Amino acid sequence: MPTTEQPMNTFKWDSKIPSGPLGEKWSNHKNNVKLVNPNNKRKHNIIVVGTGLAGASAAASLAELGYNVDAFCIQDSARRAHSIAAQGGINAAKNYQNDGDSVWRLFYDTIKGGDYRSREANVHRLAEVSNNIIDQCVAQGVPFAREYGGTLSNRSFGGAQLSRTFYARGQTGQQLLLGAYSALMKGVNSGKINMYAREEMLDLVVIDGVARGIITRNLVTGEINRYAADAVLLCTGGYGNVYYLSTNAKNSNVTAAWRCYKRGAAFANPNFTQIHPTCIPVSGDYQSKLTLMSESLRNDGRVWVPKKVGDKRHPNDIPDDERDYYLERIYPSFGNLVPRDVASRNAKYVCDEGRGVGETGLAVYLDFRDAIKRDGENVIRDKYGNLFDMYEKITGENPYEVPMRIFPAVHYTMGGLWVDYNLMTTVPGLFALGEANFSDHGANRLGASALMQGLADGYFVIPYTLGDYIASAKPDKITTDHKAFEETEREAVAQLDKLLKIKGKKTILDFHRQLGKVMWDKVGMARNEEGLKEAIAEIREMRAEFWENVFVPGEPATYNKYLEYANRVADFLELGELMAVDALDRRESCGGHFREESQTPEGEAQRDDENFSYVSVWEFMGLEKDPVLHKEDLIFENVKLTQRSYK
Amino acid sequence: MSNNETMSLTLKIWRQKNQNTKGFFEEHKMDDVNPHMSFLEMLDLLNEHLMQDQKEPIEFDHDCREGICGSCNLVINGVAHGPEMRTAACQLHMRKFNDGDTITIEPWRAEAFPMIKDLVVDRSAFDRIMSAGGYVSVGTGNAPDANAIPIPKQQADQAMDYAVCIGCGACVASCPNSSASLFTGAKISQFANLPQGEPERKRRVVAMVEQMEKEGFGDCSNYAECEAVCPVGISISAIAEMRREYMKALI
Repeated sequence: MPTTEQPMNTFKWDSKIPSGPLGEKWSNHKNNVKLVNPNNKRKHNIIVVGTGLAGASAAASLAELGYNVDAFCIQDSARRAHSIAAQGGINAAKNYQNDGDSVWRLFYDTIKGGDYRSREANVHRLAEVSNNIIDQCVAQGVPFAREYGGTLSNRSFGGAQLSRTFYARGQTGQQLLLGAYSALMKGVNSGKINMYAREEMLDLVVIDGVARGIITRNLVTGEINRYAADAVLLCTGGYGNVYYLSTNAKNSNVTAAWRCYKRGAAFANPNFTQIHPTCIPVSGDYQSKLTLMSESLRNDGRVWVPKKVGDKRHPNDIPDDERDYYLERIYPSFGNLVPRDVASRNAKYVCDEGRGVGETGLAVYLDFRDAIKRDGENVIRDKYGNLFDMYEKITGENPYEVPMRIFPAVHYTMGGLWVDYNLMTTVPGLFALGEANFSDHGANRLGASALMQGLADGYFVIPYTLGDYIASAKPDKITTDHKAFEETEREAVAQLDKLLKIKGKKTILDFHRQLGKVMWDKVGMARNEEGLKEAIAEIREMRAEFWENVFVPGEPATYNKYLEYANRVADFLELGELMAVDALDRRESCGGHFREESQTPEGEAQRDDENFSYVSVWEFMGLEKDPVLHKEDLIFENVKLTQRSYK
Repeated sequence: MSNNETMSLTLKIWRQKNQNTKGFFEEHKMDDVNPHMSFLEMLDLLNEHLMQDQKEPIEFDHDCREGICGSCNLVINGVAHGPEMRTAACQLHMRKFNDGDTITIEPWRAEAFPMIKDLVVDRSAFDRIMSAGGYVSVGTGNAPDANAIPIPKQQADQAMDYAVCIGCGACVASCPNSSASLFTGAKISQFANLPQGEPERKRRVVAMVEQMEKEGFGDCSNYAECEAVCPVGISISAIAEMRREYMKALI
């Protein structure tokens, strides 16, 4: 087990939270950061890895400021980054609905929604810049939904009692990403951005303790390349695919972040995973991914299961008084709009009781009958048409007539590389933005907040904090001839060669599925000490077998998707263990992390603020060595910690 | 078909090492296809079988598998994205085929989309059309309040109808001329319907249309095949709108 514990207040790194009252911290900080002269910006190269909302918005904004940007993505076009798949919406504290919203309320809901495991200062900044994001996106021509009078439309999302979510049908992520992507392409056109698509970061180059570049593989030719820079921005998303089945895109992976961890960037709260309550259930062993049905559906859909165990009647034949609308029953104030962790856990409970529906018994109903009766089918089609179509394509059932069947699935990872207030990791010069960092969502992210955070980091935070770093650190010129580049490249290539030479008997998918099952069963919706210890042992065994018995086809110097895949699964096999180790250390329940040993009599997550009000920050100590846990104490000066209640 | 039955299929799949070698159809028989699988899951399974025999798997592009990223690009039985209307190949399910079927699978074929390997092609020409003018030039932090310019709902909805393009390239693959007019027209029409697009209206359409030609895409001669295969249902009125915009810009 890991070595841990230092006395309080000796946290190894500085979170650099500005002093002053909460509402003034960000403004003061912006007034105090060092600036880089416009003429000097063009002397600095910045690497941006990943072109989702965080990466594309950062690359575009930095290029506009005058920096030279090298942007990388693994997809064949920057527009295909997985932010594209976000459906429901983006939060902002505009208060256009006159329903009492404010920066404070958005801040408070987000801190509370995260079960008090995030930093006050970061979350407040996020709420502050939320309004600028909407302005920016509208100016870019993002076609948000509008009212007949021409003003912007809003809807509600889980964990909030206000309508603060802006949306573009069920394709909000797509429209926001295309906005950021167009800004990125404008930078390409002006020559300030070099865009490298189908090019994957394999490792980080660290010189004298500072991030100075990356090693990449051209995914078309297999060529290995070196890029030098004055700062590296990691915008590579989350690692939900460690569970094999998730709502993430198939190519989403942890490799870039994990290699940075192994080069010295500490990893924070790795176990904090969001399991989204409304996904299309698993239908068979062949399944390759899970599809989300946007949380916005819970505005109009009602969640229920039969009252009787084993009731196999067709849902439309079950009368109302034999249905259990359990979220409305248990949580009368929030009803179907409780936060995701609460909704997911309750779905698990009713299925554990044997009241689950569908062939597998691992599903609950999301029923639009009453909304259609109230508003008419056309209104519902206007709001959710594309989601209903998608549901029908996948399941072959018509949700206008039969209730949807839904079940929780892995969706988002709140954990990620530890960053200070400036979004810098523990490796100077290496920044992490968006889902790749741990910073804003604590132990549970509220719906419509991921888009907000990705764009906040890229458009409105990094342009200030990166300048401060460049102006203070004054990085000297280096070239890719430096021996650190040579060594790092050699190591990255050696790993690929090793994978290709194993020529074992099991496929990469065999290992990934096996890992996913252990993660879901033992590091999933409910965790306990025994299961976590078993998971650690099983993952170690699996990893050893992987390196002896995996079959990786083909050659290194060609297009070879299974080689990419093997290289990513190798990292998932290391990350999975760290997630279990982290979950084992946190002997409390909070947000998406539910330790069975720590629950209230009603089965709600029981936090232990006295002992666990900290960020778990893990430092890599070498392969097959235990990582060291550092604790960043969370200090709450503005909100009072209470047991979360949505009743 | 129930969950337990499996289907037998004969697949004729295009294999090609790279742009410089000749491609050919390779035949594979499968007898363990579950009708509830997606089309790509069927290909995953075929690749598993190939690798279990230590053979090289078939390369194909895919990512989100939810019909939104636009990565997948298969011509199935001669139709871009296959037989199901308004459905990307990743959302197509095997229940739409019959036991015993023979299915041919090919990549997008167009001069402007060079071959990479097997079913994977290079669509970077689309990015270059976008970088020529597919944006509103507004710097970060330079925006008025979002509600400062009211936009009628109908107009915003119209812009959204064009904005949903996923950039997959099925329009090009299905067009006898390999024209990219639907893709380019959709972006131009989105901005033509919004006040934000106004200041750069003329420059945008000229730059994007010229880039489209430079990339080697053909002209549109109103076959409307593109509209028929578009997985998100973009209307060819986008092309009419693009032409109108182009004419107005030149006058």
